[in-house]
Amino acid sequence: MRKLLFTGSLIAAAIVSQASFTAFAAPADDKLVIDEELEMITRAKSVEGHPLPEVISGWHFRTPETRAIESDSFQNPGMLGVEQGEEIWNTVEGTEGKSCASCHDDASVSMKGVGAAYPKWDADSGKPINIELRINKCRVENMGAEAYKFDKGGQKPLTAFIKHQSLGMPVALDLAAGDMQKWWEQGKETYYRRTGQLNLSCASCHEKNQGKYIRADHLSQGNVNGFPTYRLKQNKLISLHNRFRGCIRDTRAEFPAAFSDTLMGLEVYTTWRGTGLSVETPGVRQ
Amino acid sequence: MAAKPRVKVPKTASAGDIIKIKTLISHPMESGQRKDGDGNVIPRKIINKFVCDFNGSTVFSADIDPAVASNPYFEFRARVTESGTFKFVWTDDDGTVIETEKNIEVS
Repeated sequence: MRKLLFTGSLIAAAIVSQASFTAFAAPADDKLVIDEELEMITRAKSVEGHPLPEVISGWHFRTPETRAIESDSFQNPGMLGVEQGEEIWNTVEGTEGKSCASCHDDASVSMKGVGAAYPKWDADSGKPINIELRINKCRVENMGAEAYKFDKGGQKPLTAFIKHQSLGMPVALDLAAGDMQKWWEQGKETYYRRTGQLNLSCASCHEKNQGKYIRADHLSQGNVNGFPTYRLKQNKLISLHNRFRGCIRDTRAEFPAAFSDTLMGLEVYTTWRGTGLSVETPGVRQ
Repeated sequence: MAAKPRVKVPKTASAGDIIKIKTLISHPMESGQRKDGDGNVIPRKIINKFVCDFNGSTVFSADIDPAVASNPYFEFRARVTESGTFKFVWTDDDGTVIETEKNIEVS
């Protein structure tokens, strides 16, 4: 009897371990369809020059519960930020008495595709420009309003709202414009450069060890197609440059300032790595 | 950010149908157990009650405690037998009451 019980518990243990293995296998074999309507591209063949054969959205590396939240736009708490962004879009600010809508009218028309094509080359500054900085440029030059400070004011919700207009569209950067190629190379160098006391590069985790555990979490490929992303851990929208800084901090390195040349190069390079994946803004991650 | 409710109720249904209702409200749900940068306790401020009425009678209600995360989301089902109005009420610790309504046409 004692022996029987022992065997029984062994079988139970075997079943449990197999179940947990299936539940947390990453990347999960699943399809992301928003509101049972919009089919998203979450796996795509890599572009030429990419070190991995296939690019996979971070969505596949998350638990079934987290994946379900993103597939329902009502349940997705990031949509609260998008709605807030829509209000800002229609709010008049600055000395010129204009809102975003005064010039750009209906965002679902004028901003469609923007989120899939940024960062772009900005000839005025001779640098790449992302959506956050493009908003600031518009605010200062055209609205007579103050530029948003990093992650402050309406920066995150408005960026999320603008990027959300490209929901489902595949990411495609124009690297031929201006000096984009040079910034891409600089970003690549940052990506592969080991930093910090832990001596890690982006590639140490997101390329060589993607799909494996880091503590209790799975490492994704680090694609940025869902930013600004709602992180359940922090209960709010998290901007891309905040995430870059957090990741670099975790290697115990000094982290560069948001929108600095180092991080702008990294944004160009990491965005390019996700070429072909649908814009998921606002993505949901743990 | 002022609390803003979102509610999803089907516009129409057949009598006797079981319908799905989803609600989400933006709220920080400050637990009262955290401290700010200077070490002072951040006072508790949560939604402590959520009630859904249909034509005056309660369909669903919940007492909420500090362990619930920000932006509380509730999804529940109700059987509808007549046309009417769902009324949703969230009560904040500071006494603020946030209300919204949705009509449903039952045939």
